[in-house]
Amino acid sequence: MSNFRLKVNGKTLDVNADPSTPLLYVLRNDLGLEGPKFGCGLGQCGACTVIINGAAVRSCILPASAVHSEVTTLEGLSVAGKLHPLQQAWIDEQVPQCGFCQNGQIMTAKALLDKIPHPTDAQIRESMNSTLCRCMTYYRVQSAIKRAAQTLAECGPANGKEVAA
Amino acid sequence: MTPEEILSTNRRGFLKSAGMLMVGFTARALAPNADAQTSNAAAPYPEPDYHQLDSWIVIHENNTAVFYVGKTDCGQGTGTSFRQLMSDELDIAFDQTSCIMGSTDNTVDQGGSGGSTAMERDSWPMRHAAAEARRVLMEMGARRLGVPVEELAVQNAVIRLKADPSRSVTYGELIAGKKFNVTLTGANVNAVTGMAKVKTVQELKYTGQPIERADIPAKVDGSLKWAVGVKLPGMVHARNIKPPFAGAKLTGVDESSVKNLPGFVKVMRKGNYLAVVCEREEQAIHAARQLKATWEKPATPPFPASEDLFDYMRAATPTSASNPQVVGNPDTAFAGAATVIEAEYQVPFQGHTAIAGAHATADPSNGQMTIYSNDMKSYGMRRGVATFLGMAPEKVRVVWMEGPQGYGRTAADDAGCEAAWIARELGRPVRVQWMRDEETAWDTKSPAFLVKMRGGLDRKGDLAAYDYNARSCDYNHVGYNEPDTVLIAQLMGSRRARPAAGSSATPSDMYAIPNRRMAGEVVGLPLVWETPLRTGNLRDPNGPQSTFAAESFIDELAAAAKADPLEFRLKMLSAATNDDTGFHRARSIAALKAVAEKYGWDARTSPQSGSQSAARRDILTGRGIAYSFRGQTVVAQIAEVEVNRQTGHVWAKRLVCAHDCGLVVNPQSLQRTIEGAMLHALSRAIHEEVQFNTEKVTSVDWISHPTLRHSDVPESIEIVLVNGDPNPNRPDLRPYGGGEAACKPMLAAIANAIFDATGVRLRRVPFRDARVLAALKAAHG
Repeated sequence: MSNFRLKVNGKTLDVNADPSTPLLYVLRNDLGLEGPKFGCGLGQCGACTVIINGAAVRSCILPASAVHSEVTTLEGLSVAGKLHPLQQAWIDEQVPQCGFCQNGQIMTAKALLDKIPHPTDAQIRESMNSTLCRCMTYYRVQSAIKRAAQTLAECGPANGKEVAA
Repeated sequence: MTPEEILSTNRRGFLKSAGMLMVGFTARALAPNADAQTSNAAAPYPEPDYHQLDSWIVIHENNTAVFYVGKTDCGQGTGTSFRQLMSDELDIAFDQTSCIMGSTDNTVDQGGSGGSTAMERDSWPMRHAAAEARRVLMEMGARRLGVPVEELAVQNAVIRLKADPSRSVTYGELIAGKKFNVTLTGANVNAVTGMAKVKTVQELKYTGQPIERADIPAKVDGSLKWAVGVKLPGMVHARNIKPPFAGAKLTGVDESSVKNLPGFVKVMRKGNYLAVVCEREEQAIHAARQLKATWEKPATPPFPASEDLFDYMRAATPTSASNPQVVGNPDTAFAGAATVIEAEYQVPFQGHTAIAGAHATADPSNGQMTIYSNDMKSYGMRRGVATFLGMAPEKVRVVWMEGPQGYGRTAADDAGCEAAWIARELGRPVRVQWMRDEETAWDTKSPAFLVKMRGGLDRKGDLAAYDYNARSCDYNHVGYNEPDTVLIAQLMGSRRARPAAGSSATPSDMYAIPNRRMAGEVVGLPLVWETPLRTGNLRDPNGPQSTFAAESFIDELAAAAKADPLEFRLKMLSAATNDDTGFHRARSIAALKAVAEKYGWDARTSPQSGSQSAARRDILTGRGIAYSFRGQTVVAQIAEVEVNRQTGHVWAKRLVCAHDCGLVVNPQSLQRTIEGAMLHALSRAIHEEVQFNTEKVTSVDWISHPTLRHSDVPESIEIVLVNGDPNPNRPDLRPYGGGEAACKPMLAAIANAIFDATGVRLRRVPFRDARVLAALKAAHG
């Protein structure tokens, strides 16, 4: 066990864990951030996705002590108490079934739209292709990404409904 | 906070502490069994009595209602739909209601979920309870206002004098802080009713509306508390070590290989069950990988390799056989047929493969056992755990929380019994979660099917003789959390005298075929117990397999008869004259016509000829139709596919579905459910197969048990909700099942579309690139 420091969703936090501990377990078990989920522990499914330096990163295979930049989790997407347009689009399109993988769908889509504000259908399919959903909500995920891209272009990043208390 | 949040806080307190979720139990003033349960220490946990109205509905001072239902949700939003129906019957605004589901100590036992019964069977007693609550409240209102009930009207839980609306009383004013103390009748939970009648379809206001699902916001903002996130004071983490070979015997464990690892607590071993417990999750994962154990391989191979499975099944002696269903005289009809064709269809084992592994947290405090679980049959888990541990059922409770869906996997949940056993042995709360390789290899499997079909056409091209014979590899089918069939019990040596017989299936049978025989057999594998090829119910347990064979073969017969596949089907449906009680025949015709209209179907034979695009020479396009029913729900589907003749890759470009499940409670959530079911079946059609050698299952992750991905998704999915009832406006129209029926025809629709595109008939699932390419090469060189 050793002490190290993480910056997550705007806050700097001290962690005491083995340096090889995957970031996912530190987020979920030490920091109480349970948006990212354990799905495979192999980096194959994307349920554990967080954003670091603008990239969608699989936190289940990333040692926590190797993280030196700020981490954004699903809980950190809202701005000034408003849902991110992607989250709002997910509600408007009624995307989730069980919802367990949706952290990965939303965070991977966030990294995509940050890089490519108006992705083509082919770019959406390619960027999202390794983010798996066993309820097969893919069709609605793709619709929601397009809807959010439209909203972001028209209204900017802070226009969703208020985050639930 | 919304009423729902306030109420859920009252009922099931989620206390935030140091940034972590702690689950605690606080007083529940008016809940069922409230007197007995005021804290975590309180016990026993008797089942709420379904004959008590108070078990179903609690109305609070602020004129809100909480509905307590014995159902769990697999992600289709059934809780919202129950609220729509119950709000209508109670005459309360939908937004003033909330719904508590599936925890054994505060909701009546309606069995959890399964079989697409939520709307069809289980909403029925809920509606009757809500209607009875309205009736009782109206009587109370009449007494309070001093007028006969007939002079009152109610809207949004406010009762008013019709003649003088200023004189009113709310439900909350009448009943908050008190109990109904009304006894309901009915021979079982499904038949529960009071004196009040339920409303007619025409009187329902929220039912039929596309109301947004109440569970979705917390699933997208990260605030939902899942079963997988439960943390308890003093909780430790356990990980299993599975046998490296199927049927292996654990002969030794070297505890010194892990006892000096950080956080090590204990090695748990009984029979062939082996687990390691550590203080932190990552420590348990590490220790499970480090633990040295010796295993002895079984003397004989547990099963054939997956590539030899169908040869094995063909040669095996059945463990059971159903009595053939016979109409007319098939043997005579085959002898006189102008054309006889035969075909054999194969569907391999397919995994539930939930996006995350089985998990549960068990708390053994105070001599009781509380299990936090996403088990879809939480009530069955309670009984199973109680028997498994030898505890009185009233000392066990299961708190249902949301989790990753496996569409039947959690009906045979393993982690609940594991967590409970370890927790009792250690005397500490324990969290168990299966790793990816463990879940993919050892979860329950959908049974493999081998179906032989034979059909005889007369000189006019009509189907005169038909023979369907299915063989499923389904012996020792796993039941619902039964204490002697969950994997931990089997590994510990538990053996019931007679394994579950399993079942095969016959297809939907509304076609008027004058001479017909349908029969099913079950075969078993050499290894019956402790096997990773345990079969369990996957989203319509046998329907996709039997319908793949039956509806592919109808297409083969249509091609042999040189008939359009849609017209061939409609002719056989129209030929019958007597309808059945479920109007399956009339509704089948309506669904087929609706899907054809939506698609723009033009009558022609398959395969198509000559019209392929010259510009995209490698891409062949085709369309396929299939239909079936499950219970009362009728589904017809058309798939349009592109087949790449250079790579064998199949892309379902367009999927169209006509779906008739009677009364639609929430068209939006139904449509999403149908989309998911169709794509789940598409995944089974083109990707999914459990692979194994003669020692073990070798499908262990998303590479070796692939699934549908974003790039596979159709350009367009179109769904038509059909009401094909001969009296579509009947006031008593019932809702039928919506979760599974749309899975059934898809495999055949894809196979039929591939045939239409290429002229090649694929009779073995899945249609992976290599298999399709090999079939194309075999046919065309």
